[in-house]
Amino acid sequence: MTRRIVIDPVTRIEGHAKITLHLDDAGAVREARFHVTEFRGFEKFCEGRLFHEMPAITARVCGICPVSHLMASAKAGDALLAVTIPPAAERLRRLMHLAQLVQSHALSFFHMSSPDLLLGYDAPPESRNILGVIERYPELARSGIRLRQYGQEIIETLGGKRIHPAWVVPGGVSGPMSPEQRERLLAGWPEALQTARATLEMFKRLLDRHREEAQVFGNFPSLFAGLVTPEGGLEHYDGRLRIVDAGGGVVADALDATRYWEFLGEATEPWSYLKFPYYRPLGYPVGSYRVGPLARLNVASHCGTPIADAELAEYRQRAGRVVLSSFYYHSARLIEIVFGLERIGQLLDNPAIVDHDVRAHAARNRHEGVGVAEAPRGTLFHHYQVNDEGVITRVNLLIATGQNNLAMNRAVEQVARHYVDGHPVTEGILNRIEAAIRAYDPCLSCSTHAVGAMPLVVEVVDPAGCLLQTLRRDAR
Amino acid sequence: MDQVTPQTPARLATVWLGGCSGCHMSFLDLDERLIDLAARARLVYSPLIDVKEFPDNVDVTLVEGAVANEDHLRQIRVIRERTRVLVSFGDCAVTGNVTALRNPLGGAESVLQRAYIETATLHPRLPAADCIVPALLDRVLPVHHVVPVDVYLPGCPPSPDLIYSVLTDLLDGRTPDLAGRLKYG
Repeated sequence: MTRRIVIDPVTRIEGHAKITLHLDDAGAVREARFHVTEFRGFEKFCEGRLFHEMPAITARVCGICPVSHLMASAKAGDALLAVTIPPAAERLRRLMHLAQLVQSHALSFFHMSSPDLLLGYDAPPESRNILGVIERYPELARSGIRLRQYGQEIIETLGGKRIHPAWVVPGGVSGPMSPEQRERLLAGWPEALQTARATLEMFKRLLDRHREEAQVFGNFPSLFAGLVTPEGGLEHYDGRLRIVDAGGGVVADALDATRYWEFLGEATEPWSYLKFPYYRPLGYPVGSYRVGPLARLNVASHCGTPIADAELAEYRQRAGRVVLSSFYYHSARLIEIVFGLERIGQLLDNPAIVDHDVRAHAARNRHEGVGVAEAPRGTLFHHYQVNDEGVITRVNLLIATGQNNLAMNRAVEQVARHYVDGHPVTEGILNRIEAAIRAYDPCLSCSTHAVGAMPLVVEVVDPAGCLLQTLRRDAR
Repeated sequence: MDQVTPQTPARLATVWLGGCSGCHMSFLDLDERLIDLAARARLVYSPLIDVKEFPDNVDVTLVEGAVANEDHLRQIRVIRERTRVLVSFGDCAVTGNVTALRNPLGGAESVLQRAYIETATLHPRLPAADCIVPALLDRVLPVHHVVPVDVYLPGCPPSPDLIYSVLTDLLDGRTPDLAGRLKYG
């Protein structure tokens, strides 16, 4: 006899999911799983569209990080045009990209997770949300709302609207920034940085209260992957891919992310619409890796901005050079907000940010293009093939959250075993299991648009974990 | 349309069906107006809060997204039954929009085939274990094809100003006058 507990839906995450726990007679957790219940099929229905339309269509994969899709899609478009975009266009794209990092991380911290961290995992579920935080800590809530707003206002200023702006295009961006816009954004910057720093200080004080959670919220060795600058620093817009192991050893460096299929594979499981990517040389599931803020700080040698670098040093002192517990995604996210704002300040300070040469025009010059960027939640890949007329014939989207799938499942299992085994299952315990998922800030609308149209290895695994079949598909 | 009788606080719900959450993000783009809203309405169900069961006696529900799978179909009927003013919130809810772009491809199977099964495999395996993941509908439907809708608020996403104005009207018991203020995309 086993008992099944279903958490449905998982709330305060960006997407649709359930968690199931199977308990044996003694109340011990036999199996715990995170199921993604959404599927939309973007890769299929994008076939037949012009590649110039792809930024606007794929932005609709996700309302939280549409800018990531705009970037990856436009970069794939740059590759199809075979152009190098003007320097001013790259600066403006970076500005918008970092603005999104700030707003998305602020959303994750304040709107989604701060209720657990500030009000407590066992707080009454009716008030354990952002409105409860507004009631209890009105000034903190207001500052968090305004921090997210600053990121959104940069996006709106550049792109004309906050969500799904049609401004990032193959070849660059569709228009420059005016000096007045620059002044306005500079005026809002000091408050945003001050809020980010104050929030990080507050969170550091909270950490001691969360020692138990830090131990069990997905604390396990794995690989970590992320883009880095040529000097090995923190990078979000461009760069080469680095993979490190749990001991900090560099497993692979300077990988050309636009040839991802050479080193990344994907496995499927019958109980989720979300697939399971892994590093091919190590196989599945040993080659599973984590991406996102925690992974980026693990792979980067440094941030590259003064305040963020000081924070990074302190973070590493506390949690280690390579941080294994997913609870620290929260810390990494807050450090990245500070980094993002410092970089935004540098970009806005540079008078060249208002240069007018922002778009390279060209016809289609290649039949295949890959665009890669670090989305707030990790490395994002857009891969298109087109015919002579620029009509899409194949699309593959490899999404940040998908790459954390296995890690999220391990986190759920770890938390469940720690808190459930032999104990009565309370609402607060179930909320801790969800909170472990929230630490990853999964974006499930992103990750379940469909996967697998490009050259990839797919391993079919049955519920017992036995490999039934390996499917390979070649590039062309 | 049933009128909401002004009362303190009104019961507000937001629901996310098949869509990208951009409409919910636009709702959060109310920014500090969220604090005013919190003072006059109680959010009783939403992806942003931890209530797992859609409650009774909801005054206003914003429904983002199209009806795309069996879970949505079941949910939207319950939501309609328990809501006085149901708002189709954003283009996916109003028309199907991007979520419905899969409709011409010929049913759920073809999209799933492409995503989860290689051509001519021996052991096709679609996600369906224990009915935990809901089956996709063959056709993605706008909300009003399944249940009656009281207010249509298109936009991809609707702007925060428009959301605030409509919500304020509805929570005060007024019928929003949307003539000339609506746009798709």
